[in-house]
Amino acid sequence: MDDAKRIVKIIMLAVLLLGLVYPFAFSGIARLTPSKADGDMIEVDGRVVGARNIGQEFSSPEYFHGRLSAGGYDAMASGASNLGPSNPELVFRAEERLNQILLENPGIKPEDVPAEMVTASASGLDPEIGLRSAYLQVSRIAESTGILEDALRALIAKYERGRFLWVFGEPRVNVLELNVEIWKMLGEVRQ
Amino acid sequence: MTYRGWAEIAIVAVIIGLMIKPLGTYIFHVFEGEHTFLDPILGPVERFIFRFLSIDKDKEYKWTGYILRMIALDFAIIFFAYLIFRLQGHLPLNPAQAPGMRPDLAFNSAVSFGTNTNWQAYAGETQASNLSQMIVITTCMFTSVASGIVMAIAFMRGLSRRANPFLGNFYADFIRAILRILLPLALLFTLVLIPLGVPQTLKGPARVLTLEGEQQEIARGPVATLEAIKHIGNNGGGFFNANSAHPYENPSPVSNIILILLMLLVPASMIYVLGLYLQNRRQGWVIFAAIVLLFIIFAGLTMWFESRASPILEETGVDVTAGNMEGKETRYGVDDSALFGASTTSAATGSVNSSHDSYTPLGGMILIGCMMLNTVLGSSGAGLINILIYIIFTVFLAGLMVGRTPEFTGKKIESREVRLGVIALLIHPLCILGFTTLSLAIPSARNAILNSGPHGITEMAYAFTSATANNGSAFGGLAVSSAYFNVTTGVAMLIGRYAIFIPILAVAGSLAEKQILPESEGTFRTDTPLFAGLLIGIIIIIGALTFFPVLALGPLAEHFALFG
Repeated sequence: MDDAKRIVKIIMLAVLLLGLVYPFAFSGIARLTPSKADGDMIEVDGRVVGARNIGQEFSSPEYFHGRLSAGGYDAMASGASNLGPSNPELVFRAEERLNQILLENPGIKPEDVPAEMVTASASGLDPEIGLRSAYLQVSRIAESTGILEDALRALIAKYERGRFLWVFGEPRVNVLELNVEIWKMLGEVRQ
Repeated sequence: MTYRGWAEIAIVAVIIGLMIKPLGTYIFHVFEGEHTFLDPILGPVERFIFRFLSIDKDKEYKWTGYILRMIALDFAIIFFAYLIFRLQGHLPLNPAQAPGMRPDLAFNSAVSFGTNTNWQAYAGETQASNLSQMIVITTCMFTSVASGIVMAIAFMRGLSRRANPFLGNFYADFIRAILRILLPLALLFTLVLIPLGVPQTLKGPARVLTLEGEQQEIARGPVATLEAIKHIGNNGGGFFNANSAHPYENPSPVSNIILILLMLLVPASMIYVLGLYLQNRRQGWVIFAAIVLLFIIFAGLTMWFESRASPILEETGVDVTAGNMEGKETRYGVDDSALFGASTTSAATGSVNSSHDSYTPLGGMILIGCMMLNTVLGSSGAGLINILIYIIFTVFLAGLMVGRTPEFTGKKIESREVRLGVIALLIHPLCILGFTTLSLAIPSARNAILNSGPHGITEMAYAFTSATANNGSAFGGLAVSSAYFNVTTGVAMLIGRYAIFIPILAVAGSLAEKQILPESEGTFRTDTPLFAGLLIGIIIIIGALTFFPVLALGPLAEHFALFG
């Protein structure tokens, strides 16, 4: 009996301290960096256009495009394709995507396209692409927006994120960050 | 694999090697009631909690009393978790309006978090309320690992005590594990994770209008507090469906390496604690060396196998120099994904930063293999217990070879210990292979497989290996949301935890009653490189003999079909 009472009390205490006080207290402390704590939303011209680290679908020619997403960039249903290495679906999907990339970016050959652009990410929300995947889209974007290719290359260089301590991670750029810059440039043209 | 990959593994091994002495010493002091630097703050809190719960820390229990109380508490927590999951639709803090779970899903999820498995048959974004994420999942992430840690502590006391059948006060140990070890680490690393971009908010999903004019709804919540303890406690349950591949759970290569270190930290330190209990630090280092060597080999192999993309993808003509990128995130690339994968399966964590189902056949085989061996670190506590089973076996076999009564740290290993050890050792493969075979034989269960052929066998075996090893990661292609899988994986999790803990604590109880014999010339020393080599050999041989058939039918068959 003694033990039963003690166990109930332990659960009450654990739920209170670990389940409520701990997350609530830190949700409070996190208000010190409200933008990070709330998911690092990006606002342009008074409009929230996305979260910096959450990938979104881009398909129009004037923007950089991201990777394939198993869930169509649904940020309420993250996840991978889970296609195994011997699943033919992997190839059908990759070929379809490759043909689309070749069509949209004239002059690009299949061997110029890194495999990441024809494969799906683990989260379905990968916000980033490798540098080569960004550079191969430069001519298309320049043509459809009128922005100079050099300006776009400078943009990629500016937003490049390198490795941590020279070894961890891969060099990459955030697609939304680039596209927000393009949006701003186009806005200046419009005015 | 690249020189960078080797550098990453070396950096991780060195940092862990540097951390186990201070953390291991601290853990030992906590459980032996010795002075620690946090006493001024935590001492009064602990005394208050002990008074509130009327715990007399000097009242010790024999092994039966100890494990009965542990099981009673665990099952009470599982029951509580079940109730909350069922009722969450009617409870507050539910901004995403998650409905109550079905009975089978609630059973599976409750058992999963109660047993430190964190297998997730539900999708975090839509099927778990913020309340469930906090009061059930975050709470269980502390309590379930605490009961694992105290099991290991009780076992080590049994090894080190002289003719004294008492193993300690379960409640005092349990409270101390949470209050003095898990909570300080969790508080510290929550503060590290938030500035790195892991959200910590009570707000519901964000709604945005994208540059292309589309609506996007973005799930978020109190992620950082969960993410920290999820790795410190080898839990692995994600806030989001994509787990630690989700950019909110693991935003950058920096957070990625921190999470890898966090999940290796406590299990590795527990090996050092063993050396302290045995008053033979060398013994701790020898076992640590053996285990870390296995980890380095497996992490290196995973990276190497993943550095090549699937040959059928190569045929499309794209540039595959970056390796197997299907199901991997750009920011980690292949190396950091493989290192995370090897760490999470070694340390029984189960969080994933990449889709294990999409790994190359051999890459995936290493991941499932780490869980089958269940001794390459293992989770905090439970892992050390598995290592100790293998140590007892190694001692026993070495004794047979030289024709002496086997001894470990001055305690005679006799038929009772070996018999109980065999039970603990056999339950793991029996449960895995039994459920895998059963499920492959049932057509409706077989239909859950996404990738047909040999890969499907791997998918099925992975699910039950993960459940039995209390790991929680998955080959995500398997559709496990049916009642059949919820019940079978739930039962496998219970067997994998309690059917191993009970015989193993019985071994501890029986060892505790024995005298410690003085060392003689005929003693087979267990703190030598030779013993480390034998231990590695036994782990690999027993693992290979047990699981080779299923690995041959699954990943090996797929590899040869693909690569020729």
